Amino acid sequence: MARRVAITGAGSVNALALDVPGTFAALTAGRVAIGPLEFEDVERLTVRIGGQIRDWDAEARHGRQELALYDRAVQFALEAGRQAVAQSGLSLTPDEALRAGVVMGTGGGGYTTIDDSYRAVLSQGKNRVHPFTIPRLMHAAAAAHLAMRHGLKGPAFTVSTACASSNHAMGQAFQMIRSGGADVMLAGGAEATLCFGGLKAWEGLRVMSPDGCRPFSADRNGMVQGEGAAVFVFEDWDRATARGARILAEVAGFAMTSDAGDIVMPDPDGAVRAMQGALEDAGMAPAEVGYINAHGTGTAVNDRSEAQAIRRVFAAPPPVSSTKSMHGHLLGAAGAVELLAVLLALGEGVIAPTAGWTTEDPEVLGLDVVPNVARRARVDAALSNAFAFGGLNACLALRRA
Amino acid sequence: MDGSFVALGDGLHRRVIAILAAQALREPSGLTREMSLESLGIDSLGMAEILFAIEEAFEVQVPFNANEPGATMDLSTVGAICDAVEALVAADRA
Repeated sequence: MARRVAITGAGSVNALALDVPGTFAALTAGRVAIGPLEFEDVERLTVRIGGQIRDWDAEARHGRQELALYDRAVQFALEAGRQAVAQSGLSLTPDEALRAGVVMGTGGGGYTTIDDSYRAVLSQGKNRVHPFTIPRLMHAAAAAHLAMRHGLKGPAFTVSTACASSNHAMGQAFQMIRSGGADVMLAGGAEATLCFGGLKAWEGLRVMSPDGCRPFSADRNGMVQGEGAAVFVFEDWDRATARGARILAEVAGFAMTSDAGDIVMPDPDGAVRAMQGALEDAGMAPAEVGYINAHGTGTAVNDRSEAQAIRRVFAAPPPVSSTKSMHGHLLGAAGAVELLAVLLALGEGVIAPTAGWTTEDPEVLGLDVVPNVARRARVDAALSNAFAFGGLNACLALRRA
Repeated sequence: MDGSFVALGDGLHRRVIAILAAQALREPSGLTREMSLESLGIDSLGMAEILFAIEEAFEVQVPFNANEPGATMDLSTVGAICDAVEALVAADRA
């Protein structure tokens, strides 16, 4: 019989808060953390807002040698991982460490390291960059440092599927524990692309909003980027219960699909198959689902496609919300931070709202998008969607513990 | 296809048409002012490339958000884009 997978710890830093309780409070209050961006050359951008983490004192958190190796995204990942492991009370014997690992998602890896290094050699005319530039910028850095920090000697790797990265990562961790390939996995995502180069590249696609993220609202005008990380402790259910760990939720199912269509335009069919696949994998009937955390980017094409897909999967769709409206779109860390909204719904009975909503949009097909105000509800099961550029879709199904 | 063919003597329009034609994989002489970008088979990525090329060629900024096309300037047809670029260049010189 397949093993069950428990979540026994959660940690996060994002624009809403630098921990999970603070993030829960902000999501419950419907607080928007999107504001003016602050970094070098921001005045040369046409879009100057984002969900940026303020007051991140890297020097106070890390020594000089650590900072030389830790990109901003890695710093976020390590703090999120620290919180998650602390909450789970995880303690591994040397033998157990061999069956414990980590899977992280990221879209951009060490983007600010790349940006700073190009600036040094191209713009400032320098002839060398810091000798640790490569280990600092590599996509796998966060997974590697989490493994080192927590002594995880089993499977450790990074998944990069653009905006679905962390859902794919958490799905891999889930499958690995369920199939017996590991007993404990840290899983999540980290992203820190809020820098001049990171946003300049996005400008050309003309999909970003200059004034706010309003998913599913008729006056939406695009996505707004965010940054941060979330890391969870996934654990074999029997192991977790045997040691008396508090179980935050059960990861019950996962599915990934590909549109095999267009590099940027989503096809509802791929999203439909991802949601149906996750439900089937979990042995979950659509009627059991009490909340869907939408991909909900606030772009016209995503909103339209996702609404159609949800309507096709659910005869009577449950409440759907997009918390990107509050913390922004964390790209490769999006699904991880958004899993907090799922834990909030399952564990605390609070459905986080879609903030910034003003006007009904016929293309949302009458979905209940929980506009602006959080709602109390008993939620026994939930889905979390991530639909990336490239048509790469990943959907997680979770149950209340 | 019916419609008035673009006056090729007009330098600015001719350069815009050349950009659109290259994106549509057609000869510039086959484009008319009334043709929609959609009818030329230009999708959202094609539009992004066109705007990039126009901004590079004319050193202007074209206000366009793919989430609300037409909200700031009409860029739906060959003629509309020519007029929009002309207006942007004129505004830039004013």
